[in-house]
Amino acid sequence: MTAGLMKMLLRYSPLLILAIGWELVSRLGLVSSDALPSLSAVAAAWIDLVRDGDLVSNGLSSLYRGGAGLALAIVIGGVLGILMARWKPVNVIFGPIVEIFYPVPKTALIPITVIWLGLGDGSKILLIFLGCMIPVTIGAFNGARSAEQALIWSARSMGADRIRILWDVVVPSALPELLNGIRTALALAFILLVASELITAQNGFGYLIGSLGDNGNYDAMYAVVLTVALLGFAADRLYQLLMHEMLIWRH
Amino acid sequence: MAALDLAPPQLPTVRALHAALRVSARVASVVALLVAWELLARSGLLTPYQLPRLSTVLAHIWSDAITGDLPFNTAVTIGRAMLGFAIAASGGVALGVAMSRIPLARWFFDPLVSIGFPMPKIAFLPVIILWLGVYNVSKLTMIVFDSIFPVIAATIIAIQGVERELIWSARNMGAGERELLWQIVLPAALPQIMTGLQVALPLALIVAVLTEMLMGGYGLGAAMMTASRFANSVGVFAGIVEIAVVGYALVKAMALIRRRLLIWHQEAAEPTA
Repeated sequence: MTAGLMKMLLRYSPLLILAIGWELVSRLGLVSSDALPSLSAVAAAWIDLVRDGDLVSNGLSSLYRGGAGLALAIVIGGVLGILMARWKPVNVIFGPIVEIFYPVPKTALIPITVIWLGLGDGSKILLIFLGCMIPVTIGAFNGARSAEQALIWSARSMGADRIRILWDVVVPSALPELLNGIRTALALAFILLVASELITAQNGFGYLIGSLGDNGNYDAMYAVVLTVALLGFAADRLYQLLMHEMLIWRH
Repeated sequence: MAALDLAPPQLPTVRALHAALRVSARVASVVALLVAWELLARSGLLTPYQLPRLSTVLAHIWSDAITGDLPFNTAVTIGRAMLGFAIAASGGVALGVAMSRIPLARWFFDPLVSIGFPMPKIAFLPVIILWLGVYNVSKLTMIVFDSIFPVIAATIIAIQGVERELIWSARNMGAGERELLWQIVLPAALPQIMTGLQVALPLALIVAVLTEMLMGGYGLGAAMMTASRFANSVGVFAGIVEIAVVGYALVKAMALIRRRLLIWHQEAAEPTA
């Protein structure tokens, strides 16, 4: 127990060193406190932001946008990718379109989603949906394509119909790659969310960062920036745990 | 593999026909998409603001090309993305090598990389602006900051995966540490490092466009944002077409370079789907 704790401490000690270094640099006045407020000031600002509810209310609107866009992308992208892998006509129609949209920098879609749906939640959900759909589709496609033909044949010979084969054979084989695609999408969702909120929004994390920065309230701006960054990190770690649980049957 | 191929040998003409069919099917679906755009825009279901005609957008791109705005902005964006990518690629490989071989470097950077990789780095943009302003240096910093992580991770995994036998035999034959690194470890690790670079390049372009959109200045992203501010939807759609073409070209070029560089590696002999 204590040995494990010591190991953790040793592993993450560089972070501790950086944190102490940060505090010292701004305490000693090596850089101006506007450019780099001390870590303790940032922590105090964070507590204030949580207390007056700004962080939570803006966080909830961001969570709603990100969650809705990502959920749509997972459902529609997953179905599309599996259909593309199993039925040739679907692949012929959508394959080249996916291939063309794959390298497009998704953030460039921000002004277009604004033209279509305005400045509110809708345009951000559409943006996150469009951006996140591509990696999910590609993951589902590659995974479903790798389903062993022998398994499909034996399921068919045992009398399974198409839907049943899809659900019991193809989807489980596609799962590892599909889950990897969703992991990429999760990271992308954070990027698209923050970027679109920095450009145009009336609330949300990105908006909060922008407005605090404009008002010169740098302690609080740093607090929100670090919150978003750590949330992105935590979401990825949680997702990895979930992925591990879901794939445990594959030994 | 060839011994298992039970399909009857195809005549070259049949194979060529198949290939031609495949290519035309792909082209057809893209053309269908473009035609659908033009028809939808002409149908009157959407206002020209919501969806300008493709022909209008192409005319806008053409006039931008003639005035020199388009070549200039394209050069600025690609140049910025490539410079950032080059710094991230060399720095990422160097850091990955250092972390693989020097325990102290590994101890210090490992937690930073494992926390920094999945972070949405774009959230730090206002901080970078605060420190470095809105000009070239801060844009480049963001590009490097974002695209260096996949290179570091790929380099570490690649070096871990180099066969021990290869290293032992090189040592036996009297290779020094330096020769070992340059002649054995890095070439053997190259395919996986390239995979990391192939992730980093589109990322560099994404961040280049995004920083231009957020900080202004020159470049395709900035031009698109300017059009957006003036509610010039033709300009916005022209921007997305230009950025899409640049993105597509860069990704294809990178795949080509990979095939050239790895021509000696067994993966080059495998059929590419």
